[in-house]
Amino acid sequence: MSSPIVISLDSLAPVDFEAMKAAATSGGCASTSCGSSDAPEDMDAALWARIKDHPCYSEEAHHYFARMHVAVAPACNIQCNYCNRKYDCANESRPGVVSEKLTPDQALRKVITVANEAPQLSVLGIAGPGDACYDWKKAKSTFEKVAAVIPDVKLCISTNGLSLPDRVDELVAMNVDHVTITINMVDPEIGAKIYPWIFYQHERWTGVEAARILHERQMLGLEMLTERGILTKVNSVMIPGVNDEHLMEVNAWVKARGAFLHNIMPLISDPAHGTHFGLTGQRGPTAAELKSLQDRLEGGAKMMRHCRQCRADAVGLLGEDRGQEFMLDKLPEDVVYDPSRRAAYREIVAEERGDHVAAKRQADEAVKEVAAASRPVLVAVATKGGGRVNEHFGHAREFQVYEASAKGVAFVGHRRVDSYCMDGFGEDATLDSVIAALAGVEFVLCAKVGDCPKDMLSAAGIEADDAYAYDYIESAIGALYAERFGEQIARAVA
Amino acid sequence: MAYKIIASQCTACGACEFECPTAAIKMKRDTYIIDPKICTECEGHFDKPQCNTVCPVPKTCVKA
Repeated sequence: MSSPIVISLDSLAPVDFEAMKAAATSGGCASTSCGSSDAPEDMDAALWARIKDHPCYSEEAHHYFARMHVAVAPACNIQCNYCNRKYDCANESRPGVVSEKLTPDQALRKVITVANEAPQLSVLGIAGPGDACYDWKKAKSTFEKVAAVIPDVKLCISTNGLSLPDRVDELVAMNVDHVTITINMVDPEIGAKIYPWIFYQHERWTGVEAARILHERQMLGLEMLTERGILTKVNSVMIPGVNDEHLMEVNAWVKARGAFLHNIMPLISDPAHGTHFGLTGQRGPTAAELKSLQDRLEGGAKMMRHCRQCRADAVGLLGEDRGQEFMLDKLPEDVVYDPSRRAAYREIVAEERGDHVAAKRQADEAVKEVAAASRPVLVAVATKGGGRVNEHFGHAREFQVYEASAKGVAFVGHRRVDSYCMDGFGEDATLDSVIAALAGVEFVLCAKVGDCPKDMLSAAGIEADDAYAYDYIESAIGALYAERFGEQIARAVA
Repeated sequence: MAYKIIASQCTACGACEFECPTAAIKMKRDTYIIDPKICTECEGHFDKPQCNTVCPVPKTCVKA
């Protein structure tokens, strides 16, 4: 049995190109004629065109497209209590962590290598460590170099917002279409508990004053971006007891200023990380607390629920990281960009997508009908991309969680786990942790699952099923839900 | 009169390099160093030495 590490983008392309194509064109509906690569019903077509290939801005796109981050701008102008600048570990997966920093030229070499080998690549982001708008020269130079070679890669930047107003016009000029601002508060009193200091206009500011300056600059930056039509995502770190309730207010403020998407991220806190919050015992929220806040925020600025809080040097589809394959010492000295594989991949996705959207719609209708007389259910799915149930239970490093309810089938989050199966052996202790991570989930859908883990899951009240292997995720959930809960209704009526 | 960087604690983020008004800070091997012959402790430029003010690691950019 192969090691779980090799499962990734490779399995979609190019080996599976033909399989994908066959799947996309099979069935009664000639996929392209469905014409349903159209925008979702609640979005205008121009906006959809801007986000449909961006895995972070579109939940749907994250099944198909990959991003990469390059750590070229390590200097930062603020200190956050959840960040420790000295910490670095190759096995950690969380924001701000990288294994190596790159110069703009090294970054270009890396981007070309990835674009040649991973055709899913659609987005290049600069997301720390450090602040790209503050460490601007290096960020700008990287974008310019890459755009000259791969003009269709989307450029994306993350910032704390302090230097953002100074860079907005240059961002527009460079065609940076997506900006993420981390906004954890709109009340400086709360901000003072999150930011010990900022560096602004050649001085170090502390306390409420520092937080007030940061807040004003963040709002100004957001307003300027909105005026210029740049899509802005707001990231907020949810810190229980500090800003969790306050994020309702943050959501309202950023919505009023035109934020496109709001991403609530759970605080990651561990004494071993050496952060202020880690060392002082500040805990992060549970998956249930996070979902509850996200649910309460529905109706405000649109929620992003598929964030994986990736490393600042992540490469690949969200939820996987091929960064270690593209370390500097593994990059060829001379690289030449070959656009053909990315172009071929895009063609296939365009076909597959129309079919997927139609399948989704069908599943939605079926679930709505059944749910009217039943209850909502959480279903976890093992997938390695393409929007299908196509990962073995034991190989999954995360499960995507969907809710089947009166609203249809909706993605609600992911649960990260350690792969249960290592080289053919299953660890009971690992399985226990997987079961714990799946709290609240009633069904697990996967491409394959062994009898032993299946029985243990079943004892924990979770039903694992591989009957829907390789179906679209939504179709699989729709069929499962109709089968289980539709029957109940039928029985109850009879 | 100059500042120095404690190499073992430096994260090499480089913020000091571009904040330095006299270009006294350069990358050497894996860390940044301050040329004491050029460093003026920002006198005549700013109230406080910029390298020490922006440095994210406490007690890492200090008086030589």
